[in-house]
Amino acid sequence: MTFGVIVFPGSNRDHDAAYAVGRILGQKVDLIWHDSASLGSVDAVILPGGFAYGDYLRCGAIAKFSPVMMAVRKFAAGGGLVLGICNGFQILVEAGLLPGALIRNRGLRFICRNVQLRPGTTNSPFTCAASKEKTYRVPIAHGEGCYFADQRTLDELEAEDRVTFRYVENPNGSLRDIAGILNRERNVMGMMPHPEDATEPLMSSCDGLVVFQSMLTTAVRA
Amino acid sequence: MSAALITPDLIAQHQLTPQEYEKIVALLGREPSYTELGIFSVMWSEHCSYKSSRLHLKKLPTSGNRVVQGPGENAGVIDIGEGYVIAFKIESHNHPSFIEPFQGAATGVGGILRDIFTMGARPVAVLDSLRFGRLDDPVTGVRNRRILQGVVAGIAHYGNCFGVPTVGGECLFESCYDGNPLVNVFALGVCRKQEVCYARAAGVGNPVIYVGARTGRDGIHGASMASAEFTEESKQKRPNVQVGDPFLEKLLLEACLEAMQTGAIVGIQDMGAAGLTCSTCEMGSRGEVGIEIELDRVPQRETGMMPYEIMLSESQERMLLVAEQGREEEVFRVFRRWGLEAVEIGVVTGDGKLRVKQHGDVVAEIPNRELADGAPLYDRPHTQPLRRAPLEPPPLPDPDVQQALPALVASGDLCGKSWIWEQYDYLVRSSTVAGPGAEAAIIRIKETGTSVAISLDGNGRYCYLSPRGGAMLAVAESCRNVSTVGAVPVAATNCLNFGNPERPEIMAQLVEAIEGMADACRFFDTPITGGNVSLYNETLGEGIYPTPVLGVVGLKTTGVAAGIAFRHAGRAVMLLGGLGSTDEVRFGSTQYAKTIVNRLWGLPPALDLAQEKRVQEAIREIVNAGLAESAHDLSDGGLAVALAECACSTNVGARIDLDSDLRPDLLLFHEGPSRVLVSTAKPDAVAAIAWRHGTEAPVIGVTIEKEIEIRQKGRVLGRWQVASLKAVYDDALESHVR
Repeated sequence: MTFGVIVFPGSNRDHDAAYAVGRILGQKVDLIWHDSASLGSVDAVILPGGFAYGDYLRCGAIAKFSPVMMAVRKFAAGGGLVLGICNGFQILVEAGLLPGALIRNRGLRFICRNVQLRPGTTNSPFTCAASKEKTYRVPIAHGEGCYFADQRTLDELEAEDRVTFRYVENPNGSLRDIAGILNRERNVMGMMPHPEDATEPLMSSCDGLVVFQSMLTTAVRA
Repeated sequence: MSAALITPDLIAQHQLTPQEYEKIVALLGREPSYTELGIFSVMWSEHCSYKSSRLHLKKLPTSGNRVVQGPGENAGVIDIGEGYVIAFKIESHNHPSFIEPFQGAATGVGGILRDIFTMGARPVAVLDSLRFGRLDDPVTGVRNRRILQGVVAGIAHYGNCFGVPTVGGECLFESCYDGNPLVNVFALGVCRKQEVCYARAAGVGNPVIYVGARTGRDGIHGASMASAEFTEESKQKRPNVQVGDPFLEKLLLEACLEAMQTGAIVGIQDMGAAGLTCSTCEMGSRGEVGIEIELDRVPQRETGMMPYEIMLSESQERMLLVAEQGREEEVFRVFRRWGLEAVEIGVVTGDGKLRVKQHGDVVAEIPNRELADGAPLYDRPHTQPLRRAPLEPPPLPDPDVQQALPALVASGDLCGKSWIWEQYDYLVRSSTVAGPGAEAAIIRIKETGTSVAISLDGNGRYCYLSPRGGAMLAVAESCRNVSTVGAVPVAATNCLNFGNPERPEIMAQLVEAIEGMADACRFFDTPITGGNVSLYNETLGEGIYPTPVLGVVGLKTTGVAAGIAFRHAGRAVMLLGGLGSTDEVRFGSTQYAKTIVNRLWGLPPALDLAQEKRVQEAIREIVNAGLAESAHDLSDGGLAVALAECACSTNVGARIDLDSDLRPDLLLFHEGPSRVLVSTAKPDAVAAIAWRHGTEAPVIGVTIEKEIEIRQKGRVLGRWQVASLKAVYDDALESHVR
């Protein structure tokens, strides 16, 4: 399987994501520059964490206009797997590929800590290897990770089983403890926590692997 | 060259003495122009020239088997094997952080990161050593809290966006830092050994290229601001503090590393203190060549800037590089790709001079070597170090251990600092094996099988009572921290924060601290490969405690680290190095003396270097043999506080019984060094290793669930629920900040 990791100017967990799927999972990784109009022949795309274009306006607000996002939109529309992590989630939301918004943390401070996540659904290409009975220890590192949406959207997300992860102890004020969501077609997921930073024993947790393993399983099955 | 009227007033405003001015005139063979006066004033400032400290800095050990680059470059470089090196340095940004805490601290991070990637190394870790005035002070507390919040937010802003993990450090509070907070930032980077870049210009005819942010009027005279005491007017110097742009710095990092890969770059230096002036003349001086630049070509943010302003601006996120003639386009292509402005502003010449032109006219012409290295060096008079604390102890209150421990873990110095470090991204790059709150930070170098352990330490109270002893203790503790995670200390960097060196009793503090540090670093074989001196940390005549901060790096084979927390009940608790000895005089420098007795007296703890080394060798062997489930060295707050720290994150405490006749307060809270608390399932094996290294490791108790109980010869001195200590420990800082 080939993962494409998008590199925006200001991306800073691009290496982490590439390491997780490349070195830990042993898959092929292409780093894709933000001004490429094409994704090449990748099987899945990761929008990594960081501060794309500095995020001086609003997180992800500039990145959504970058040329590569045209290609990502097309890829997603064709059913390709797209995973946005942290800043990647913010970009997907700004680009309209996922509903809602990510606003400043309750408490107004950046928070970096390990949190426990509970899968909201295992019916997705990103969580099919997970168990709803388990909790997963994965770090967060964000200042604007409070998931916000209107009531109807939230109800819809839940009714359609599109919440992939919830915080066991809500660190940032996210509505309904939401840490990750799917699009309606279930091939695009955004999540604030960093599964790529929890993929081997040296990283204090391996629980994040489940996301990438789910993607791999899905791709192999397809 | 335009004539300018150089008056004694103008010279004094530039903080040059009449003698220094005479030296400039003699060197040039004429009166300097206004621009030249400005250029000399920054290069010969204390901040850039180290004129008060340099004679004494020569006493520090700087060489060793692993040293690839010692002091004199942007950062020291150490060989870690397998074809890789690490570059690291610590630097202060004290003065700007007092004037404008957020930007002052942020640009402090930015500056040291540039020093690292200038060497060709990708930054992989930041640590910071912070000092503030007391948060609970009725008068200054409000301001101190605001400075703390601003500094922490500034460090977080810059480091998080740039994408370097902030993995540790220290933060202490003392009234002497009221008007002089200390913000010392350490950074470390990695690169291949053959790819280290140097800040040397070479090759007559090679182009000099300017990259990064445009030059504005910000930060003019930052270096000379950092070389004077603060007065009431200092607050008006706020425009002297620069504004940082971490995103631009991130682009600069990626572009510079990529440009270096082309092989077309001859030399590179960041524009930090004294900006364009410093980078041009230092690169020229190191390479023994001249540099000629045309200011019209320097990208400028504002119109109508004078040569003086352009040369002295400290606008952030700028780099100067020398490329190979004919290969400019390769370099420009990289910077264009990253959307950065790169402009050829001059050329390397053979005459050894810095020649600055504007509109084709020469506005400054100064020999590089004399400008960069010719500042007068002062052997400033030094007498007895300043100390106003008595040697004799006051009458000590009756020991109440039960009350004292919670009071200590709630104190600003000893309480948990997660309120600070959770604002830092300490995980980005997924290489953090041990982060904030650990004994020492551990960063693995993914390209190799090696990890780097890092510890910062400094203790102003110790150093105030004995600059020499305190500095040695700082070296010992940093090395101990690194050893306690199983790493071998290999090198060090220092940040020397002191008051006004023109006062002989302050100069004496500096001299003694450097000598103590030199002796200890020689003993532990940790050469100092670079660092920074910050003097004039005084406001309205009140100086700080002498505060040398030491950063030690160690190397170990990559593996899962033991950590400080007790993990399971029923394990033996051993005190490697033994209970240690103390007396009431040595007790005066402790946290107990500060928080419970509310005094400072006597001397710092006694240090036996040979014993320290034995303990460090033993703990490395114990940890690397996998025998320790937890290992935590005893430092501030002594044995009882260390026990609380071992218990807080897992809710596993201990029951200990100490066979000693010392007063209970001295026994539990003295800060005698060379001791490590270990929990283990294999006490015999631990004891055997200790014995083999010529030290002891008595079993002092056993780990138990949820409680800490301390006895002395069977008599209970105190008993606490871990959960209640933890609540105090975790919440104290946030409640102090509010």
